[in-house]
Amino acid sequence: MQNLRHAPTHKTYITGFVLALILTAIPFGLVMSGLFPATATLSVIMIAAIIQVLVHLTFFLHLNFASTPRENLLALAFAAILIFIMVGGSIWIMFDLHMRMMG
Amino acid sequence: MSAAESSASTVLASDHAKTSDFEAREFGFWLYLMSDAIIFALLFATYVVMSQNIAAGPGGKMLFSLPHTMGETFLLLCSSLTFGFATLASMARQKGRVILWLIVTIALGIGFVAMELSEFSGMIAAGATPQVSGFLSAFFTLVGTHGLHFSFGMLGILVMMGQILTKGLTPPVLSRLYRLGLFWHFLDIVWIAIFSVVYLPGVL
Repeated sequence: MQNLRHAPTHKTYITGFVLALILTAIPFGLVMSGLFPATATLSVIMIAAIIQVLVHLTFFLHLNFASTPRENLLALAFAAILIFIMVGGSIWIMFDLHMRMMG
Repeated sequence: MSAAESSASTVLASDHAKTSDFEAREFGFWLYLMSDAIIFALLFATYVVMSQNIAAGPGGKMLFSLPHTMGETFLLLCSSLTFGFATLASMARQKGRVILWLIVTIALGIGFVAMELSEFSGMIAAGATPQVSGFLSAFFTLVGTHGLHFSFGMLGILVMMGQILTKGLTPPVLSRLYRLGLFWHFLDIVWIAIFSVVYLPGVL
Protein backbone atom coordinates (compact mmCIF):
# COMPACT_ATOMS: atom_id res chain seq x y z
CA MET A 1 0.00 0.00 0.00
CA GLN A 2 0.99 3.64 -0.39
CA ASN A 3 3.35 5.35 1.99
CA LEU A 4 1.33 8.23 3.47
CA ARG A 5 4.06 10.83 2.92
CA HIS A 6 3.96 10.06 -0.81
CA ALA A 7 0.21 9.62 -0.96
CA PRO A 8 -1.29 11.21 -4.09
CA THR A 9 -3.61 14.21 -3.84
CA HIS A 10 -6.04 15.84 -6.27
CA LYS A 11 -3.20 18.20 -7.17
CA THR A 12 -1.01 15.23 -8.22
CA TYR A 13 -3.62 13.93 -10.65
CA ILE A 14 -4.58 17.36 -12.03
CA THR A 15 -0.91 18.29 -12.57
CA GLY A 16 -0.38 15.02 -14.45
CA PHE A 17 -3.56 15.56 -16.48
CA VAL A 18 -2.60 19.11 -17.54
CA LEU A 19 0.96 18.04 -18.44
CA ALA A 20 -0.43 15.10 -20.44
CA LEU A 21 -2.83 17.42 -22.31
CA ILE A 22 0.03 19.79 -23.22
CA LEU A 23 2.29 16.90 -24.30
CA THR A 24 -0.56 15.56 -26.47
CA ALA A 25 -1.45 18.94 -27.98
CA ILE A 26 2.15 19.64 -29.11
CA PRO A 27 2.60 16.61 -31.44
CA PHE A 28 -1.00 16.74 -32.76
CA GLY A 29 -0.68 20.50 -33.41
CA LEU A 30 2.64 20.05 -35.23
CA VAL A 31 1.34 17.24 -37.46
CA MET A 32 -1.94 19.05 -38.23
CA SER A 33 -0.26 22.38 -39.03
CA GLY A 34 2.63 20.84 -40.99
CA LEU A 35 4.89 23.55 -39.60
CA PHE A 36 8.13 21.52 -39.64
CA PRO A 37 9.52 18.98 -42.13
CA ALA A 38 8.56 15.32 -41.53
CA THR A 39 11.79 14.18 -39.81
CA ALA A 40 11.80 17.11 -37.36
CA THR A 41 8.10 16.52 -36.58
CA LEU A 42 8.80 12.81 -36.04
CA SER A 43 11.53 13.56 -33.48
CA VAL A 44 9.23 15.98 -31.62
CA ILE A 45 6.50 13.27 -31.57
CA MET A 46 8.93 10.72 -30.06
CA ILE A 47 10.36 13.14 -27.47
CA ALA A 48 6.86 14.31 -26.41
CA ALA A 49 5.76 10.64 -26.14
CA ILE A 50 8.72 9.66 -23.93
CA ILE A 51 8.16 12.68 -21.66
CA GLN A 52 4.44 11.90 -21.47
CA VAL A 53 5.13 8.26 -20.48
CA LEU A 54 7.35 9.57 -17.66
CA VAL A 55 4.60 12.03 -16.63
CA HIS A 56 2.07 9.17 -16.44
CA LEU A 57 4.48 6.98 -14.45
CA THR A 58 5.10 9.80 -11.99
CA PHE A 59 1.66 11.41 -11.54
CA PHE A 60 -0.77 8.54 -12.27
CA LEU A 61 1.20 5.42 -11.27
CA HIS A 62 3.06 7.37 -8.52
CA LEU A 63 6.45 5.80 -9.21
CA ASN A 64 9.32 7.43 -7.35
CA PHE A 65 12.62 6.42 -5.86
CA ALA A 66 11.51 6.97 -2.23
CA SER A 67 8.29 4.98 -1.73
CA THR A 68 8.04 2.57 -4.68
CA PRO A 69 9.37 -0.88 -3.67
CA ARG A 70 12.80 -1.50 -5.15
CA GLU A 71 11.73 -4.78 -6.79
CA ASN A 72 8.97 -2.94 -8.74
CA LEU A 73 11.52 -0.50 -10.13
CA LEU A 74 13.89 -3.39 -10.95
CA ALA A 75 11.09 -5.20 -12.82
CA LEU A 76 10.32 -1.99 -14.73
CA ALA A 77 13.99 -1.49 -15.62
CA PHE A 78 14.30 -5.12 -16.73
CA ALA A 79 11.17 -4.83 -18.91
CA ALA A 80 12.53 -1.59 -20.40
CA ILE A 81 15.83 -3.30 -21.31
CA LEU A 82 13.98 -6.27 -22.88
CA ILE A 83 11.73 -3.90 -24.85
CA PHE A 84 14.73 -1.87 -26.02
CA ILE A 85 16.58 -4.99 -27.22
CA MET A 86 13.57 -6.65 -28.88
CA VAL A 87 12.00 -3.58 -30.50
CA GLY A 88 15.31 -1.95 -31.41
CA GLY A 89 16.74 -5.25 -32.68
CA SER A 90 13.64 -6.12 -34.76
CA ILE A 91 13.52 -2.71 -36.41
CA TRP A 92 17.28 -2.62 -37.05
CA ILE A 93 17.41 -6.10 -38.60
CA MET A 94 14.21 -5.81 -40.65
CA PHE A 95 15.02 -2.39 -42.11
CA ASP A 96 18.60 -3.45 -42.86
CA LEU A 97 17.20 -6.50 -44.66
CA HIS A 98 14.68 -4.30 -46.48
CA MET A 99 17.46 -2.00 -47.72
CA ARG A 100 19.58 -4.95 -48.95
CA MET A 101 16.60 -6.46 -50.78
CA MET A 102 15.97 -3.13 -52.51
CA GLY A 103 19.65 -2.58 -53.31
CA MET B 1 -5.30 -12.55 30.39
CA SER B 2 -2.52 -14.44 28.73
CA ALA B 3 -5.09 -16.12 26.48
CA ALA B 4 -6.42 -12.68 25.48
CA GLU B 5 -2.89 -11.42 24.89
CA SER B 6 -1.97 -14.37 22.76
CA SER B 7 -5.18 -14.03 20.74
CA ALA B 8 -4.44 -10.30 20.25
CA SER B 9 -0.96 -11.10 19.03
CA THR B 10 -2.39 -13.77 16.76
CA VAL B 11 -4.74 -11.17 15.28
CA LEU B 12 -1.80 -8.79 14.80
CA ALA B 13 0.26 -11.52 13.20
CA SER B 14 -2.57 -12.47 10.86
CA ASP B 15 -3.10 -8.75 10.05
CA HIS B 16 0.55 -8.50 9.21
CA ALA B 17 0.34 -11.66 7.10
CA LYS B 18 -2.62 -10.15 5.22
CA THR B 19 -0.78 -6.86 4.55
CA SER B 20 2.23 -8.67 3.15
CA ASP B 21 -0.16 -10.87 1.18
CA PHE B 22 -1.61 -7.74 -0.48
CA GLU B 23 1.89 -6.44 -1.10
CA ALA B 24 2.79 -9.74 -2.76
CA ARG B 25 -0.35 -9.53 -4.91
CA GLU B 26 0.43 -5.94 -5.89
CA PHE B 27 3.98 -6.96 -6.85
CA GLY B 28 2.61 -9.94 -8.78
CA PHE B 29 0.22 -7.67 -10.65
CA TRP B 30 3.09 -5.31 -11.42
CA LEU B 31 5.03 -8.24 -12.93
CA TYR B 32 1.97 -9.07 -15.05
CA LEU B 33 1.86 -5.45 -16.28
CA MET B 34 5.54 -5.59 -17.22
CA SER B 35 5.03 -8.79 -19.22
CA ASP B 36 1.98 -7.20 -20.86
CA ALA B 37 4.17 -4.20 -21.76
CA ILE B 38 6.52 -6.63 -23.53
CA ILE B 39 3.60 -8.11 -25.52
CA PHE B 40 2.59 -4.62 -26.62
CA ALA B 41 6.22 -3.71 -27.42
CA LEU B 42 6.47 -6.70 -29.76
CA LEU B 43 3.17 -5.76 -31.44
CA PHE B 44 4.63 -2.26 -31.91
CA ALA B 45 7.81 -3.72 -33.43
CA THR B 46 5.68 -5.81 -35.81
CA TYR B 47 3.62 -2.75 -36.75
CA VAL B 48 6.69 -0.58 -37.44
CA VAL B 49 8.23 -3.32 -39.61
CA MET B 50 4.93 -3.84 -41.48
CA SER B 51 3.83 -0.19 -41.69
CA GLN B 52 5.23 0.38 -45.19
CA ASN B 53 3.84 -2.90 -46.61
CA ILE B 54 0.46 -1.60 -47.79
CA ALA B 55 0.32 -4.06 -50.74
CA ALA B 56 -1.25 -1.43 -53.03
CA GLY B 57 -4.10 -1.11 -50.51
CA PRO B 58 -5.03 2.01 -48.54
CA GLY B 59 -2.35 3.56 -46.28
CA GLY B 60 -2.50 5.50 -43.02
CA LYS B 61 -2.83 8.88 -44.73
CA MET B 62 -6.08 7.76 -46.34
CA LEU B 63 -7.53 5.90 -43.34
CA PHE B 64 -6.61 7.84 -40.21
CA SER B 65 -8.47 10.92 -38.99
CA LEU B 66 -6.45 12.95 -36.50
CA PRO B 67 -9.43 14.80 -34.92
CA HIS B 68 -10.97 11.36 -34.25
CA THR B 69 -7.74 10.08 -32.63
CA MET B 70 -7.49 13.32 -30.63
CA GLY B 71 -11.04 12.77 -29.32
CA GLU B 72 -10.14 9.20 -28.27
CA THR B 73 -6.97 10.45 -26.55
CA PHE B 74 -8.93 13.11 -24.68
CA LEU B 75 -11.50 10.55 -23.45
CA LEU B 76 -8.70 8.24 -22.24
CA LEU B 77 -6.83 11.01 -20.43
CA CYS B 78 -10.05 12.15 -18.72
CA SER B 79 -10.80 8.56 -17.68
CA SER B 80 -7.33 8.26 -16.10
CA LEU B 81 -8.04 11.45 -14.15
CA THR B 82 -11.47 10.26 -12.98
CA PHE B 83 -10.06 6.86 -11.95
CA GLY B 84 -7.45 8.80 -9.98
CA PHE B 85 -10.25 10.68 -8.21
CA ALA B 86 -11.94 7.33 -7.44
CA THR B 87 -8.63 6.13 -5.90
CA LEU B 88 -8.40 9.30 -3.78
CA ALA B 89 -12.01 8.88 -2.62
CA SER B 90 -11.27 5.26 -1.67
CA MET B 91 -8.27 6.41 0.41
CA ALA B 92 -10.60 8.84 2.20
CA ARG B 93 -13.11 5.92 2.64
CA GLN B 94 -15.86 7.82 0.78
CA LYS B 95 -17.83 4.93 -0.71
CA GLY B 96 -20.39 7.05 -2.60
CA ARG B 97 -17.74 9.17 -4.27
CA VAL B 98 -15.74 6.08 -5.33
CA ILE B 99 -18.84 4.68 -7.06
CA LEU B 100 -19.61 8.07 -8.63
CA TRP B 101 -16.10 8.47 -10.10
CA LEU B 102 -16.07 4.86 -11.30
CA ILE B 103 -19.36 5.50 -13.13
CA VAL B 104 -17.84 8.60 -14.79
CA THR B 105 -14.75 6.54 -15.70
CA ILE B 106 -16.80 3.78 -17.27
CA ALA B 107 -18.90 6.34 -19.21
CA LEU B 108 -15.69 7.82 -20.67
CA GLY B 109 -14.47 4.28 -21.39
CA ILE B 110 -17.68 3.45 -23.28
CA GLY B 111 -17.16 6.64 -25.31
CA PHE B 112 -13.62 5.55 -26.19
CA VAL B 113 -14.63 2.01 -27.21
CA ALA B 114 -17.55 3.40 -29.25
CA MET B 115 -15.19 5.75 -31.12
CA GLU B 116 -12.72 2.92 -31.74
CA LEU B 117 -15.46 0.57 -33.01
CA SER B 118 -16.86 3.28 -35.31
CA GLU B 119 -13.32 3.82 -36.69
CA PHE B 120 -12.83 0.07 -37.24
CA SER B 121 -16.25 -0.43 -38.87
CA GLY B 122 -15.67 2.63 -41.10
CA MET B 123 -12.33 1.19 -42.22
CA ILE B 124 -13.82 -2.25 -42.85
CA ALA B 125 -16.75 -0.71 -44.79
CA ALA B 126 -14.19 1.15 -46.95
CA GLY B 127 -12.53 -2.19 -47.77
CA ALA B 128 -9.55 -1.74 -45.40
CA THR B 129 -9.89 -5.14 -43.70
CA PRO B 130 -7.05 -6.90 -41.80
CA GLN B 131 -6.40 -9.35 -44.68
CA VAL B 132 -5.74 -6.58 -47.25
CA SER B 133 -2.11 -5.90 -46.31
CA GLY B 134 0.62 -6.49 -43.72
CA PHE B 135 0.12 -2.92 -42.58
CA LEU B 136 -3.60 -3.44 -41.90
CA SER B 137 -3.04 -6.84 -40.20
CA ALA B 138 -0.50 -5.28 -37.84
CA PHE B 139 -2.71 -2.21 -37.29
CA PHE B 140 -5.80 -4.21 -36.30
CA THR B 141 -3.76 -6.58 -34.10
CA LEU B 142 -2.05 -3.77 -32.18
CA VAL B 143 -4.98 -1.36 -31.78
CA GLY B 144 -7.46 -4.23 -31.32
CA THR B 145 -5.34 -5.77 -28.52
CA HIS B 146 -5.39 -2.43 -26.72
CA GLY B 147 -9.16 -2.13 -27.23
CA LEU B 148 -9.67 -5.65 -25.88
CA HIS B 149 -7.56 -4.91 -22.79
CA PHE B 150 -9.53 -1.73 -22.32
CA SER B 151 -12.88 -3.55 -22.55
CA PHE B 152 -11.72 -6.05 -19.91
CA GLY B 153 -10.69 -3.08 -17.77
CA MET B 154 -14.25 -1.75 -18.01
CA LEU B 155 -15.58 -5.18 -17.02
CA GLY B 156 -13.17 -4.98 -14.06
CA ILE B 157 -14.64 -1.62 -13.06
CA LEU B 158 -18.16 -3.08 -13.14
CA VAL B 159 -17.09 -5.99 -10.91
CA MET B 160 -15.29 -3.51 -8.62
CA MET B 161 -18.46 -1.42 -8.25
CA GLY B 162 -20.39 -4.56 -7.35
CA GLN B 163 -17.78 -5.51 -4.71
CA ILE B 164 -17.70 -2.01 -3.21
CA LEU B 165 -21.51 -1.97 -2.96
CA THR B 166 -21.80 -5.46 -1.44
CA LYS B 167 -18.60 -5.76 0.63
CA GLY B 168 -17.74 -2.11 1.32
CA LEU B 169 -14.23 -0.63 1.26
CA THR B 170 -12.52 -3.54 3.04
CA PRO B 171 -8.74 -4.04 2.73
CA PRO B 172 -9.07 -6.77 0.03
CA VAL B 173 -11.44 -4.57 -2.01
CA LEU B 174 -9.10 -1.55 -1.66
CA SER B 175 -6.15 -3.66 -2.78
CA ARG B 176 -8.12 -4.85 -5.85
CA LEU B 177 -9.18 -1.28 -6.67
CA TYR B 178 -5.53 -0.21 -6.45
CA ARG B 179 -4.46 -2.99 -8.84
CA LEU B 180 -7.28 -2.17 -11.28
CA GLY B 181 -6.10 1.46 -11.20
CA LEU B 182 -2.58 0.34 -12.14
CA PHE B 183 -4.06 -1.58 -15.09
CA TRP B 184 -6.16 1.42 -16.19
CA HIS B 185 -3.25 3.91 -16.09
CA PHE B 186 -0.99 1.35 -17.82
CA LEU B 187 -3.44 1.14 -20.76
CA ASP B 188 -3.35 4.94 -21.03
CA ILE B 189 0.45 4.71 -21.41
CA VAL B 190 0.05 2.11 -24.18
CA TRP B 191 -2.35 4.51 -25.95
CA ILE B 192 0.30 7.30 -25.90
CA ALA B 193 2.59 4.91 -27.75
CA ILE B 194 -0.24 4.02 -30.18
CA PHE B 195 -0.99 7.60 -31.25
CA SER B 196 2.74 8.44 -31.36
CA VAL B 197 3.76 5.38 -33.39
CA VAL B 198 0.64 4.58 -35.44
CA TYR B 199 -1.61 7.60 -36.00
CA LEU B 200 0.72 10.64 -36.05
CA PRO B 201 3.51 9.13 -38.24
CA GLY B 202 0.74 7.48 -40.32
CA VAL B 203 -0.62 10.80 -41.59
CA LEU B 204 2.76 12.55 -41.76
